[in-house]
Amino acid sequence: MDQFIKARNVTFEYIRRDDDGNVEGIETALDKVDLDVKAGDFIAILGANGSGKSTLAKHINALLTPESGYLIVDGKDTHNKDHTLAIRQTAGMVFQNPDNQIIASIVEEDVGFGPENIGVPTDEIWTRVEKSLRSVGMYHYRHHSPNRLSGGQKQRVAIAGVMAMKPKCIILDEPTAMLDPIGRQEVLSAVRELNKKNGITVILITHYMEETIHANRIFVMESGKVIMQGKPREIFSRVEELKDHHLAVPQVTELAWELKQSGLSLPDGILTKEELISELCRLS
Amino acid sequence: MLKDVTLGQYYPADSVIHRLDPRVKLAGTLLYLISLFLFQGPLALATATVFLILLITLSKVPFSYIVKGLRTIIIILIVTAAMNLFFTTGTVIVQFGIFKLTYEGIQMAILMMIRLVYLILGTSLMTLTTTPNQLTDGLEKGLRWMKKIGVPVHEIAMMMSIALRFIPILTEETDKIMKAQMARGADFQSGGLIKRAKAMIPLLVPLFVSAFRRANDLAMAMEARCYHGGDGRTKMKPLRYTAADRNAYLLLFSYFVAMIALSLLWTKVLGGGKLFF
Repeated sequence: MDQFIKARNVTFEYIRRDDDGNVEGIETALDKVDLDVKAGDFIAILGANGSGKSTLAKHINALLTPESGYLIVDGKDTHNKDHTLAIRQTAGMVFQNPDNQIIASIVEEDVGFGPENIGVPTDEIWTRVEKSLRSVGMYHYRHHSPNRLSGGQKQRVAIAGVMAMKPKCIILDEPTAMLDPIGRQEVLSAVRELNKKNGITVILITHYMEETIHANRIFVMESGKVIMQGKPREIFSRVEELKDHHLAVPQVTELAWELKQSGLSLPDGILTKEELISELCRLS
Repeated sequence: MLKDVTLGQYYPADSVIHRLDPRVKLAGTLLYLISLFLFQGPLALATATVFLILLITLSKVPFSYIVKGLRTIIIILIVTAAMNLFFTTGTVIVQFGIFKLTYEGIQMAILMMIRLVYLILGTSLMTLTTTPNQLTDGLEKGLRWMKKIGVPVHEIAMMMSIALRFIPILTEETDKIMKAQMARGADFQSGGLIKRAKAMIPLLVPLFVSAFRRANDLAMAMEARCYHGGDGRTKMKPLRYTAADRNAYLLLFSYFVAMIALSLLWTKVLGGGKLFF
């Protein structure tokens, strides 16, 4: 499979200045990050607040460019200003707050906003809008006002808005942080569906462990560095290491780990309820 | 009080007027306003009245609903009428001290009342039959020529539509902050004007902070979706004139010509005054 995203030594600093413009302090948001994502992958980036995961997401969308190092998305260097629009089109982004990323007052018009910006002809916009609204199950709501939708529905509209630009990749920056459990479920299943059916590369940034178990690979970030990476099962086998970094493992994994600590012979890295149940049944 | 404002509210219905291109309605409203301030004599007044009633009937907006919009300007109406009644010079009918009631004054007062009422009715008819989005679209396309003289038409239209989108969100937020502050003992109701204005500070500061944060987020989301100004942008719902729009323009034009002709007929041929005598 093709290399879709390639990041090498990406470093980014936020510089705080006082009123006279003197440097007060430097916060290194990204510290020599390497990232490799294959086309069609489902990647999860985990980390506590301030770990640099959102900054990394903004780099993939070319909203920010690395201060040193480089980042290549679909063969295009994000440093090159001529590629900015093309990169934003191939790697669409969904943000945390559902209200602050919906531009129009009618659902279908909001989904059409992206295609309008990249100059898609009118008829084509309509087919794209219909298709992407159907792909997230929001076609029925096309004439509604976004203000009347639930958080999960708004996020699905935002995803449709990105899909209408025909991207190869979607970056979701904590898309479920402001949603209730039902909304979270809605958004996640829509995302997984896009990944499976349409082969869209997904980069899911989150601090909910449960959301990452379906990913192909997980990157764990802390203070601007990627500290762990691997398959979910590998990552969640290292329960103690995760705890050292103040990251909680999924509840089921934690329970299995605790049981194992107290003497049951369970395998490492149990991710789902069903797995745990069948393992426990095998014991008795 | 605030809920009585029909100006700027949309009344959903399926009518000829609703379906017209927003540019026609904008141009029509402008032309109607100009005609209101130019006409002279009862013939033209009758034409303006008939024209307005015809449009309201066509729009299927209930007459009482439009008239409700007048309630908010009642004070302005009374003040204007009073000013005109007593401060117009001319043939005196009655005199109280410095106040003189004149024939001309009565005429001017009636004329101004009619103008203001028709003005409000005409403009509310436009906003009641046009969605805010159509309005901004119409403004953007209708005023596109102004881009040549350096007016950022697209940007202004975009700001207007975003403002409209965020009005309900910020209203809800204001309510939330207000309740949060009240829960901690803030008092927005009692006291004089200055005390009440001061009480607004703990409401306005967080509201502004949050509005700026939202603006920042929204700008980033728009950029992420390839927004780069009006150049090279296509439209999902482009405005196109139809036969109905052309007929509407024709009707507007003939109305305007008729207004001028009737005014001239009254003043030049029949030798009448401004309104009745």
